[in-house]
Amino acid sequence: MAKKPLQKKKNPIPCQEAGSRSANFLEVALGYSPEIAVSEADRCIQCKDQPCVAGCPVEIDIPAFIRLMRDGDFAGAARKIKEKNALPAVCGRVCPQEEQCEAVCTLAKKFEPVGIGRLERFAADFEAAMAHGADGAPLPKKAPPTGRRIACVGSGPASLTVAGDLVLQGHEVTVFEALHKAGGVLVYGIPEFRLPKAIVQREVDYLARLGVEFQTSVVIGKSFTIDELLGELGYDAVFIATGAGLPHFMKIPGINLAGVYSANEYLTRSNLMKAYTFPEHATPIVRGKRVAVIGGGNTAMDSVRTARRLGAEEARLVYRRSREEMPARKEEVEHAHEEGIIFMMLHNPTKILGDEKGRVKAIELIKQQLGEPDASGRRSPVAIPGSEFTVPVDLVVMAVGQGANPLIRATTPDLKCNKWGNIEADPETGATSKKGVFAGGDIVSGGATVILAMGAGRKSARAIHKYVCELPVRVG
Amino acid sequence: MDTRIRPPSNAVVGRTVLGPDVVRIDIESPFIASRRRAGQFVIVRVDERGERIPLTIADSDARRGTVSLIVQGVGKSTRQLNSLPVGSRLLDLVGPLGRPTHVIERGRVACVGGGIGTAVIFPIVKALHAAETHVIAIVGARNKGLLILEDDIRPLADEFFITTDDGSRGRKGFVSDQLLDCIKSAQAAGTPLDEVIAIGPVPMMRAVCNATRPFGIKTVVSLNSIMVDGTGMCGGCRASVGGEMKFVCVDGPEFDGHAVDFDELTLRLQTYREDEQRALKEYMESHPPDPHSH
Ligand SMILES: Cc1cc2nc3c(=O)[nH]c(=O)nc-3n(C[C@H](O)[C@H](O)[C@H](O)COP(=O)(O)OP(=O)(O)OC[C@H]3O[C@@H](n4cnc5c(N)ncnc54)[C@H](O)[C@@H]3O)c2cc1C
Ligand SMILES: Cc1cc2nc3c(=O)[nH]c(=O)nc-3n(C[C@H](O)[C@H](O)[C@H](O)COP(=O)(O)OP(=O)(O)OC[C@H]3O[C@@H](n4cnc5c(N)ncnc54)[C@H](O)[C@@H]3O)c2cc1C
Ligand code: SF4
Ligand code: SF4
Ligand code: FES
Repeated sequence: MAKKPLQKKKNPIPCQEAGSRSANFLEVALGYSPEIAVSEADRCIQCKDQPCVAGCPVEIDIPAFIRLMRDGDFAGAARKIKEKNALPAVCGRVCPQEEQCEAVCTLAKKFEPVGIGRLERFAADFEAAMAHGADGAPLPKKAPPTGRRIACVGSGPASLTVAGDLVLQGHEVTVFEALHKAGGVLVYGIPEFRLPKAIVQREVDYLARLGVEFQTSVVIGKSFTIDELLGELGYDAVFIATGAGLPHFMKIPGINLAGVYSANEYLTRSNLMKAYTFPEHATPIVRGKRVAVIGGGNTAMDSVRTARRLGAEEARLVYRRSREEMPARKEEVEHAHEEGIIFMMLHNPTKILGDEKGRVKAIELIKQQLGEPDASGRRSPVAIPGSEFTVPVDLVVMAVGQGANPLIRATTPDLKCNKWGNIEADPETGATSKKGVFAGGDIVSGGATVILAMGAGRKSARAIHKYVCELPVRVG
Repeated sequence: MDTRIRPPSNAVVGRTVLGPDVVRIDIESPFIASRRRAGQFVIVRVDERGERIPLTIADSDARRGTVSLIVQGVGKSTRQLNSLPVGSRLLDLVGPLGRPTHVIERGRVACVGGGIGTAVIFPIVKALHAAETHVIAIVGARNKGLLILEDDIRPLADEFFITTDDGSRGRKGFVSDQLLDCIKSAQAAGTPLDEVIAIGPVPMMRAVCNATRPFGIKTVVSLNSIMVDGTGMCGGCRASVGGEMKFVCVDGPEFDGHAVDFDELTLRLQTYREDEQRALKEYMESHPPDPHSH
C-alpha cells in the first residue's frame, strides 16, 4: 500500500474566534473533531525509539495510545493514557507540551511535532462524553481494604494523584482543602476559558466515587495540625501538597493602593468566586478599563486575558525581559496576541501612582535592556537610567512569582524546609524529615507544572503504600 | 475509639437579636468550638453565590459544639446572614483563623470596644478575666440604642464604662476620652496599664492610639481589612505595619496600633464602595425588611 506523504504541520485546533472570545469566559480551544483526531494520529510515524515517552514526566505510552486513536478506538486510547495519567483532560489542555513530549518528538526535527496534547485531550473528552448519562466512567477494581488511613493536605493535582493511587490500593484517603472547592490551582487559578471547571469537577467526582473523602474548608495548621492528623485523628501517613500559594509583591511605592492585586487574588475572585458575574455572585472585582499585568508566566498571561474579558480596553502585559524569555506557554502567548493584548517587553514598574481616593491612576515604567548572561545563562535585564515614563491605568495585577505558605511550617517544627520555606523531600519518594509525612508538588519544587506535581504525587503514592504496609499492626 | 473528623453541619442552632441590625448567631461546628481561642475568626459563605466574609468568633460552647458570631448587617452578605432562621445552615465555615490574642496573665489591661468592635473585644475580655487580669472595659456607641453586650461584659470587667456620642447613656463623648481618664487615674494610683486593646471603626482605633502614644502604652488593634481566602494566599488583606507589608489574616488580625498605617487601611476598605452599594440595593429590593424581625 502506497503511504501518503507526511503532513508537515500539526492539524490546527479549532478555536473560538478571537473577537468574540475576548468578551466571554468560554473555553478558547474547542478541540479536534474525530476526523481531525484520526488524521493527526496518522501523522505519528510510530518510531522505534519513541523519544516522546521519555519527554513525558509520567511516561505515557504515547505511540500506543496514538495507534489506538488512528484505528478509531478512542475509548481504548483514553484507557491507555489513564494507565499513567489520571487527569488527561487537564494535561491535554495545560501541559507545556512544546517543552515536554512534543519537544522531543522525532517529527519535530524536520516538521511540526505530532499534536500529542491535543490528541490526549480528545481521547479524554471522548471518554467523558461516552460515560455521560450513565453513572460516569466505569470504576476500576479496588484492592481489598487495608485498614490504613492517609491524609492528603491540599487538593491540587499532586494530592489528587496520590488520592487516586492509594484508594485503589485499598487504603482510606481523606483530602483536606482550605478553600471551599477541591482542585487547587486548577479551580482557583487557571481560568475557565483555558480549563473549564466542569472538567476538574468531573475528576474530583470520579475520585469521590472511588471512595476518596473530600473535606473542604479545613485549613491544616489552623483547623488541625499535622501532628494531630498523625496522632489523635488516627492517620497512618500524611501527604502535604499545599502548592506555591504565597503571592510576592514588588517593593515599589503605591503597591498597596486600591486597585493593585496579586494575580492570586485577581484570579481567585474571578475563577473561584465567579466575580465576573457580579452581582449575581456576591464577590466584587475591580473592572479596569486600562490594565497593566506585571510578569511573563502563565499566571500573568491568565490575568491579562481575564482583564480583557472583564472589559479592559487596554490590557497590557509588562515584562522585564524579552519575548523569548517569557516562561508562559507558547500557545497562550499566541492566543493573547490574537485577543489584542498589548505586550510591553523589556519594561519594569518603578512606582504606582494613585488619585486622591487612593485608587490606582497610573504606573511608572522604566525601560530595560538585556545585559550579560548570568550564571543560569539567561541574559538579565538592566534598567536604562532616565527612561522612566508613565502610563495611565486603573488596575495593576502583580504576577511576579509566589513562594511557600508558612502555615504548616509554622505549626510543624520538626518538618525540615529550605531557606525559601519549601519542604525538603526525597525526590524519589517524597519522604520528609518527619516520620510518616511525605510531600510533593509546588510546595517542594516551587511553582512548576501540573504534570510535574502529578509525577511527584505518583512517586509519593508508591512510597506511602510501601510505608503503611510495613507499619506494625495497630493494637487497640 | 472513632477518631474520624465529622464534617460539621454548620447549622444555625440559635439566633438572638442584640440591637438594630445586630444579631448573634450560634452555629454548630464542634471542631472549631473546641479549639478556637480569643481573637480568632472564621470565614463564612452563606450560599453558592455568596461572598467569603470574615467574622470574629465571639464565643463558643465546646460541650454543645457551637460557635457564636455577632454580626452587624452593613451590606448584602451580613444582612443575608442576619436573616437566616434557626434550622438553616451555612454553606461554608472555615476556621479558626488568625493568630489568637496574646492574653496577659494577672496584669492590668484596658479593653475598648466601639460599635460592632464590642463583639470582637468580648471574647478577649473573657479570656483576660479567666487569666485573672484586671480588666477595664470601655464600651462605646453612637447612642444608647446601639449599645451591645453590656450585660455580657459588665460581670467580667473589674471596671466598666459606657460612652455614647450623644450622651443618651453613660458618659457623653468618645471612648478615647474615657480611656484617657482611666490611664491617668491608673498612673496616679501607681497601677499603670500593661496594655490597651482597642477594636472598632478605624477612626476610633486611631483616636485611641493617639491617646495612648504619649504615655508609651502598648496598644493592640484588630484590623478589619477585606479578605478572600483567609489563609495568606491572596494578599488582599495586606496592611502596612511599621513600614512592612503584613497579611492581616495570617499575621494578625491584631497588630501594634502605633505602627499601623490607618490612612492606607481606610482607603483600601473603600475599594468596592460602589459595587457594595449596588449589591445592597438589589438585595434590599428583593428582600424588604421584615417588620417582625426585632
Ligand atoms: C494562574 C496559574 C496558571 C498556571 N498555568 C499552568 C499551565 O498552563 N500548565 C501547567 O502545567 N501548570 C500551570 N500552572 C502551575 C500549576 O498549576 C501548579 O504547578 C500545580 O497546580 C501545582 O500543584 P500542587 O498539587 O502542588 O498544588 P496546588 O494546585 O497549588 O494546590 C494546593 C492546594 O492546597 C491548598 N492548601 C494550601 N494550604 C493548605 C492548608 N494549610 N490546608 C489545606 N489546604 C491547603 C490550596 O488551597 C490549594 O487548593 C499555573 C499556575 C497558576 C497559578
Ligand atoms: C478579622 C475580621 C473580623 C471581623 N469580625 C466581625 C464581627 O465579628 N462582626 C461583624 O459584624 N463584622 C466583622 N467584620 C467585618 C465584616 O467582615 C464585614 O462587615 C463584612 O465582610 C461586610 O460584608 P457585607 O457584604 O455585608 O457588606 P459590604 O457592603 O460588602 O461591605 C461593607 C464594608 O465591609 C467591609 N468588607 C466588605 N467585604 C469584606 C470582606 N470580604 N472581608 C472583610 N471586610 C469586608 C468593607 O469595609 C466594606 O466597605 C470582621 C472583619 C475582619 C477582617
Ligand atoms: S501528560 Fe503532558 S507531557 Fe505527558 S503526554 Fe500528555 S501532554 Fe505530553
Ligand atoms: S516521537 Fe513523535 S512520531 Fe515518534 S512515536 Fe512519539 S509521537 Fe510518534
Ligand atoms: S485574605 Fe487572602 S491573604 Fe489574607
